[in-house]
Amino acid sequence: MIASLFLAALVGLTPPGAVTARDNPNDQGGAVVVTWTAPPQTQADSTRPDSSVVPLAGFRVFRSLHADTGFIQVTEQPATSTEYIDSDSLLRDGVPYYYRVEAFSATDSARSAVVGPVVSSAQWFNTTLINILVATIVICALFLIYLELARKGAKMYIRKIAGLDAIDDALGRATEMGKPILFSFGLGYITDLVVIAALPLLRKIAKKSAEYSTRLLVPNSDPIVMTAAQETVKEAYTEMGRPDFYNADNVNFLTSDQFGYAAGVDGIILREKPGAIFWLGYFYAESLIMAETGHSVGAIQLAGTTETTQLPFFVAACDYTMIGEEILAASCYLRPEPIMLGTLKGEDFIRFWLIVLVTATVLLGTTGAILSKQVPILNNIFETVVRWATPAY
Amino acid sequence: MKRSVPLTIVFVTAVLLIVAFFIPHKPFGDLQSRFLNWYTIVSGFTFLLGLDSLTRHHLVRVFRRVEGWGYSLVLVLALFATMALGFYSWFKFQSPFALRAPFMWLYTYMIIPLQSTMFASLAFFVFSAAYRAFRIRNFAATLLLVAACLVMIGNVPLGSAFWHDIGSLVHAIIPGVSVDKLTALEGFASIKDWLMSIPTAAAGRGIGIGLALGGIAMSLRIILGIERTYMS
Repeated sequence: MIASLFLAALVGLTPPGAVTARDNPNDQGGAVVVTWTAPPQTQADSTRPDSSVVPLAGFRVFRSLHADTGFIQVTEQPATSTEYIDSDSLLRDGVPYYYRVEAFSATDSARSAVVGPVVSSAQWFNTTLINILVATIVICALFLIYLELARKGAKMYIRKIAGLDAIDDALGRATEMGKPILFSFGLGYITDLVVIAALPLLRKIAKKSAEYSTRLLVPNSDPIVMTAAQETVKEAYTEMGRPDFYNADNVNFLTSDQFGYAAGVDGIILREKPGAIFWLGYFYAESLIMAETGHSVGAIQLAGTTETTQLPFFVAACDYTMIGEEILAASCYLRPEPIMLGTLKGEDFIRFWLIVLVTATVLLGTTGAILSKQVPILNNIFETVVRWATPAY
Repeated sequence: MKRSVPLTIVFVTAVLLIVAFFIPHKPFGDLQSRFLNWYTIVSGFTFLLGLDSLTRHHLVRVFRRVEGWGYSLVLVLALFATMALGFYSWFKFQSPFALRAPFMWLYTYMIIPLQSTMFASLAFFVFSAAYRAFRIRNFAATLLLVAACLVMIGNVPLGSAFWHDIGSLVHAIIPGVSVDKLTALEGFASIKDWLMSIPTAAAGRGIGIGLALGGIAMSLRIILGIERTYMS
């Protein structure tokens, strides 16, 4: 033991090399990046069988307002690390700081030279997001061009969406059978686009239910969505001249617990035996539990969600399923005004060019891999394209 | 006024948040988290609306002796008992989720088992849905059935054992074929990996890109005030 300590003292630790301290880029200030290179760890001398290993334990980073005094330890990092972002709440923008890094082992330590001064500051633009900014500008510009074309009266076409066409049939069937209609937003919040997209569908269904005098049940898992649903149904009934038909008990809150909600909705389905069920919103694992219960009572079911993992369950259990962005286009389908359709046309245009771009990149990557020796530039172009297209956040 | 004020708020908020995404400097840098905090505070209060809806709905059923009113009574009693235990645990143990708190007992021994029971029922529903989906009616359904069987076999150890048996069989028929080489291919697992990472992922990404574009289009319609259906 004494011999190993003596040996360690003899060999000593090398201080960390190439220590740098700079302002952390692309942030809101209050952070400094300290980097260093790891020194060779104190190794046993293989030619001396009595020597012992004194491995490097890690690094300590120190900060001070002065170059020669007042250093306080800000962190202790493992031996594998070579960088530390100092975002201590005490760090102030515009104040010069000095840093030093200390390598330490169980028995020894070695300090680097002091680096600095370094001043942290906030940036006005995150340069790592420049690709996203360019893509956003291009996409928005294309949408706006198509909106302008639509305003000028260009002819727009929207294809048939079977799920949306089936709404009337489902409502008619429920009315003929004298059964109620059930509508669920799932576990969606009002901040989910799919819930906002489902509101005009609820409005259409509520209008029809008022026209046919068929009870509409809307159990909710979120109180804000419940309030929006109550207002939508109430207004639809009023528009149809049937404000008396509205009953707040039919558009109620169940629970925000996932399986509690599934149990509650299953209970309603088994008690009320609805003739038509609409699953339009955000769903997780409870989707199949509810949709299969709906199937067991013989209801005609229509589903639409943006949660792609649940789509196969709905496809298996429901009569109609709106896949992907079909539900987001529902409001345009229900109100096919040129200005609404313009955004869909813009969407299709961008989709077409994305397909072209993806195909071209795949071909470039494949050709580059095959001809990597003969034409190395292809691989370089491919890597640049992939790097540029990959978000940095 | 009734429409223009909300539309202006939506437009200004959306533009601010888009700009804030690219600007880390204060006050933009933490704008999104600040807005989310506001939403959390508002949504916390809206749970009172949910409580009001739930209790009123079930108390009316109890007082009017509607069929099944007993269940509503159990629900209301359970609701208030849970609340009471939560407050008691808060005062007595500083947190309802303290290990020795009665609320935690209720959570561990009643709520979690009930949730697990509902989740477990999913297995039976998957079975019945799969039976209907995999019934051979046309070419697409047959393809689905074959793909599903291959994925299922590739996911279980039995698949590996089957593949080993197939290797032995092939070796018996064609002695030149090495059993070890065939076994090393791990056929069913490889087929499963290919199905999941190539056709399934491709379809998923296609839907994902469509959803992203649909989301952008809808967001633009909302920001520009073209889509107003959320303001009923």
